[in-house]
This record gives sequence, C-alpha cells and structure tokens, in this order.
Amino acid sequence: MTKTDSASSAAGSTDPRLDGHDEQDLEQHFDATIARDQRIEPRDWMPDGYRKTLIRQIAQHAHSEIIGMQPEGEWITRAPSLRRKAILFAKVQDEAGHGLYLYSAAETLGADRADLTQRLIEGRQKYSSIFNYPTLSFADVGVIGWFVDGAAICNQVPLCRSSYGPYARAMVRICKEESFHQRQGYELLMTMMRGTDAQREMVQDAVDRWWWPSLMMFGPPDDASPNSAQSMAWKIKRHSNDELRRRFVDMTVPQAEKLGVTLPDPELRWNAERGHHDFGTPDWSELQRVIKGDGPCNAQRMERRRSAHEEGAWVREAASAYAAKQSRRAREGAA
Amino acid sequence: MSSTEGVKDEWPLYEVFVRGKRGLNHVHVGSLHAADDRMALTHARDLYTRRNEGVSIWVVRSDHIAASTRDEKDPFFAPSADKVYRHPTFYDIPDDVPHI
Repeated sequence: MTKTDSASSAAGSTDPRLDGHDEQDLEQHFDATIARDQRIEPRDWMPDGYRKTLIRQIAQHAHSEIIGMQPEGEWITRAPSLRRKAILFAKVQDEAGHGLYLYSAAETLGADRADLTQRLIEGRQKYSSIFNYPTLSFADVGVIGWFVDGAAICNQVPLCRSSYGPYARAMVRICKEESFHQRQGYELLMTMMRGTDAQREMVQDAVDRWWWPSLMMFGPPDDASPNSAQSMAWKIKRHSNDELRRRFVDMTVPQAEKLGVTLPDPELRWNAERGHHDFGTPDWSELQRVIKGDGPCNAQRMERRRSAHEEGAWVREAASAYAAKQSRRAREGAA
Repeated sequence: MSSTEGVKDEWPLYEVFVRGKRGLNHVHVGSLHAADDRMALTHARDLYTRRNEGVSIWVVRSDHIAASTRDEKDPFFAPSADKVYRHPTFYDIPDDVPHI
C-alpha cells in the first residue's frame, strides 16, 4: 500500500520492465494466483481490465461511504438524546473512515485521490443509489442502520475474500465496524417500538419507504448485470447480485417479525421447498432513474459534497502553506 | 486542490503503521494524505485507531519508502531459495536423541 507500489503498478502493462518478459507468462502467473485463491498485491502484474474494474468498484464504494454521511448526518443536531447523538456522531465518523480506507486501497492501484474526488463532484463516477433518498424522521436513522448497513454487510462480508489484497483488508476493517452500525439501528427501532403509537407508525413508515430502495442496493438483476461474470471470474466479486439480495431478505424477515413491523411486499412468503423466501420484484426503472441522477436527493447530495470541497479549499491550502513554512524554517535553522 | 483550479500542491501520501499492543511489532494498516508529519499522526489516530486498535503509531512519507521491485522473476530473493541447509529440518537426527 505504498506510493512506490502505486507509482510502479500504475504503469500497468506499458511498464518498460516488461520488455524482458513475455506478457503471456505474466498473465498466466496472474491467472494461477487467482486460481489458487491467493491475493493479488499492488506491485503484481495485473491485466488492465482487472485494474480498471477494481478502481471503478473501489472508488464507487468509497464515494458511497462519503455521500452516505449526509442522510444520517442531517439528524445529528436533532437526535433526541445525548446518547443517540454520540452514537450517531460515531457512526457518521465511521462512514468517513470507511471512505478513506477505500480511497487508500484505490490509490494502491495508481488512482489519484484528488482526481477521484473531482470525478465524484463532476458526476463522472457514481455512488450507491440508496443515499439519494431523504431521511424524513428519526426512525429513518434506525432503519438505515438496520436495512442499509445490513445490506452493506451482506455485500461486504464476501468482499473480505476479494482477490485484491488491499481491498479485502479494507473490507475486513469495515465489516467489523458495520456490525455496530446495524445493531445501533435495530436497537433504536426496538426502543421506538416500545414507545407510543405515533412512534411505532414512524418506524413502519420508515420501513415502508426504505425496503425497496434497500433491495435495489444489490444492483440490477443478474441477467441485466453484464460486468458481473468477469468480476466473479477475477474473484473481485464472490456472489451474484440476486444471490446477495436473497440472503438479505432471508436474514431480514425474522428480524422484522421480532421488531413487529411489516415489510411492504405482498408477495413475500416463506418457500419451504426452496428453504428461502419468495419476494416481489423491485421497480428496476426506479433504480435506473435514481442512478441516472433523477432520485429525490441526487442534486442535493452532490451540491453538498461540492460545497464542502470548495469551502474546505482554504483549509487545505493554509495547511500546505504552514507545512511549507515549517519545513523551510527547519532547513534554515539547520543551515 | 481540484484539477480544474490549476496545479496546486497536494498533501503528500503517508503510510501508517500501528502497534496493536505492547509486545507486537508495528504493522502497516494503510495510508492517508496529510500536510505534515504532525497532521499525519493525528489523522492516523482518528482514522485507524477509533476503537483502541493501537498504542503507538508510525507515519512515514510514502515517497521515502524504498521497496524491492514487483517482478516475481526478480533474482532479488533467489539467494534464499537454494539454501535448504538453513532450515532445521535439513538435518537428520535419530529419534532417540532427546531435546533437539
């Protein structure tokens, strides 16, 4: 995970040091490493497609964590108790941390941090569609922890075995922390469900609004996800979108029963024959709309991220100027 | 800092090493950007030790790290490959010799 790693690996297959070696040999070595279930590390030779796919996936994941601070961050000042406020602070701080672990992993592939930020701000790279929905009540904070972080756990636990070492290691750290996120959300909801009728209605309303967007987090159905097969062959991804979605449903249904809420899907029922739940089909046209920028909060999220970046520019510049002055003084003092 | 504002100095990249607890080595945990060493340490604390993961942190500018080349066929590690006599299992000792 060093810059020396990134700098040399960034050159990819155009690296002049390849001259002595047959590219076919290197590719065979790469394929064999993947086949043996060993990790690819930053300084290894890798096909351009593998590098590009990883950078895109890791960057998109990092952007999602960063944008993901916004929906819940809006509730920090309005949290109903100091305890909830402290928890929410810690959670939002974790999201920032997750984004930074992932940017760090992307940089080992030769990506540039400032460039990634710029791509996000200019809308050239995506983030998860889920963060384009509004948080209308404090119950949303609980439901996000339960559904959104629960879905993230389904997605991310298998990524701890992803073939690219730095990505897999970042996922290990992230998964440990996601468990806190999910549990605090569920506990928050349990507390509200023990409260008044109005509070129970808020929880059910939040569940109704977040259920389908949460199922969409796993991406389009397998037959409409053209890049999945290659990612699975490279062991970047370990399970298909539909498979992970099924797991999430199976995991969440008993939790909903315990909580005493209804999941808003009339087709949802246990299928004893398959040993899994049957469930309805999300509105894929909605997912496409939100991905293309037409969700309820896309413009707001992007504007917020852009203004945070621009308004922070003077801080970054002042810190650089201070560092330059200190190092000049140190040099003059030594001379 | 943005590419559209023209070239401005980026904060340099630092590698972060954390000692998890006394008795263990510092281990590489990742990287971050910071304007100077002090900020790198503070950011490393906030980023990599939010849950008691460390008792000591090292940060070092990534461009100060010298590393072996990435090439698998590099002869750099070859000298250790053909010296089996460096391993205890190279030596046959009768089973009835105790404590060896």
